[in-house]
Order: sequence, then C-alpha cells, then structure tokens
Amino acid sequence: MISRLANPARFMRSSAAALPWCGWSAAGVLAVGLYWALVAAPPDYQQGEAVRIMYIHVPAAWMALGVYLFVAVASGVALVWRHPLAEIAAAAAAPIGAAFTFVCLATGSLWGRPMWGTWWVWDARLTSVLVLFFLYLGYIALVNAFDEPSRGAKAGSVLALVGVVNLPIIKFSVDWWNTLHQPASVMRLGAPRIDVAMLVPLLVMAAGFLLLFLALLMLRMRAALNERKALALRLNSDPAPARVAGRERAVPAHRAVGSGGQ
Amino acid sequence: MTGELGRYLAMGGYAVFVWPAYGVTLAVLGGLAWQSWLRYRASAGALERLQREFRTRR
Repeated sequence: MISRLANPARFMRSSAAALPWCGWSAAGVLAVGLYWALVAAPPDYQQGEAVRIMYIHVPAAWMALGVYLFVAVASGVALVWRHPLAEIAAAAAAPIGAAFTFVCLATGSLWGRPMWGTWWVWDARLTSVLVLFFLYLGYIALVNAFDEPSRGAKAGSVLALVGVVNLPIIKFSVDWWNTLHQPASVMRLGAPRIDVAMLVPLLVMAAGFLLLFLALLMLRMRAALNERKALALRLNSDPAPARVAGRERAVPAHRAVGSGGQ
Repeated sequence: MTGELGRYLAMGGYAVFVWPAYGVTLAVLGGLAWQSWLRYRASAGALERLQREFRTRR
C-alpha cells in the first residue's frame, strides 16, 4: 500500500497537483500569522513587545525537531526497505530543517540579549540545539560527498539515525538541567501555560511553517527526482535508450506520439 | 519618526531585537524557497532538454 503510494512516478503526479495548493496556503497562513504576531497580539506584561520574537522562535524550534524526526524516519525506511523515494525525501528535508534550526538559534539569540542580558550561554538547551544544527550540516555534507547519490544517502541515513539520541536531550534539557532557558509552555502535560491571545497566533505561525515545510519538501523532492532521472538518461544514453525508462516512461506518452511521425 | 507608526516601529524599545529577528527569518526561509524554486526550474529544464535530445537521436 505504502510502496504503491510512494512510487516516484505517482509522487511526481500527485505532488504536481498538491504543490500549488500547499505553497499558496503556506503564504496565506503565514501572512495572517505575521499580522497577528506583529500587530494584533498583545505585548507581554513582563517582556513588552520583545515577546513578538516568540512567534517565530518557538515554531522554528518545533520545526527544527520535527523535521529532524522526519529525516530520521525517512532514513530508517531508506535503510530497511531501500525505498528510493525515502532517501530522496530525507535528503530534501534536511536543508529545510537546517534553515529552521538556524532561525531558531538566531532569533533565540536576539531574544536572549534583552531578556537574559546575553546573546549566548553554553547551557544544555542552547548547546544541544547547536549540536542539532551541526548534525543537519554533517548529514547534508555526507549525502553530497559521494558521486553516486544512493551511496551518499546510505551514509547520511546512518548519521541521521545516530543523531536521533539528540532529540530527547533537546526536549528534556530544560527539565533535566538547571538552564537559563525556560521549560515548555505549550508542549507539556496538562493545559498550556500561555494565554489564548498569544497561543492562537503562535499556533497559526506553526501551521504556516508546517505548510511551508511541506511545500518546500515537495519542490525539492521533485527537483531531486528530475536530477536523478536526467543522470540516469545521461549515463545510459549510449547503449540502449529504451532501457533507461525502467519503471517510468522517459518520454511522456503524448510527446512520444507527437514525435513518432517526424 | 514620530506618531503612531514611529511608536509601532520602535516596538517599545525592542526594535533592534524584534525587527532583525523577523528579518533573519525572512532572509533564511525566503532564500531557501527561492533557491529551491531555481533548482527545480533548472532540473526540469535540463531533463526536458535531455529528453528532446533523446527523441531526435532515435
């Protein structure tokens, strides 16, 4: 069932239909979320207007963790079932996760300066997120270090799976160690400790980031599939062009018919 | 700058932290989206050219 849905040709068709919807809804939700975060949401009684950084910092942090989990699960599927789409998905998601992690670190630093009086401290939460950022960079470098895409993907998958141990460390670092970073306000057992007037724009921004991730994931997977197909065409072009097509048709049917008479 | 807009942009004295935070986010995520789009366009164009070349050779 899953392998039927995850067939590359089928993915190209369904993502072509889903991508515009996903991209435009991401833009729309983010526009609403930004207005809410920057204008409509109230200032904090202690932090004043600086609390507005939260609306990008916290969703970016959620995405940094969530995307890493996605990369790790896709890597596991690629290693165990050797599914080509899984390794392409993992490799396509990693730069997006790295971008979210960087946004999380940068905005956290800009928030820490006025609230804590420092841009950076080497405490458990901040350091473990920095490690996450380096895991992303290491994964990306490893995947691109091989001429043959699938060999790079295999090496990267192992790194991605090993790096999973960092996720619970990040999540529980604020509970296990006494850090400058505050503990969770939303992702905790029991009701969120945050007012609805701030929780709603926060969740809207998180939804916008999630939609943006899905749109960019599909776009980057489509690009990677195009590149692999072009590589296969070029490698096999001399002996037998027909064999290249493999599971997919190298030439779309309507074009093949059109060129047949020429 | 004075008036309502100036007061808004000042962000209660936190302007130098709030606006760069949103600026960095826009630059990083916008840059990634732009790069992804360019890469997709380039990959689709290259594949199209290869496939056309293929057909003429056959």
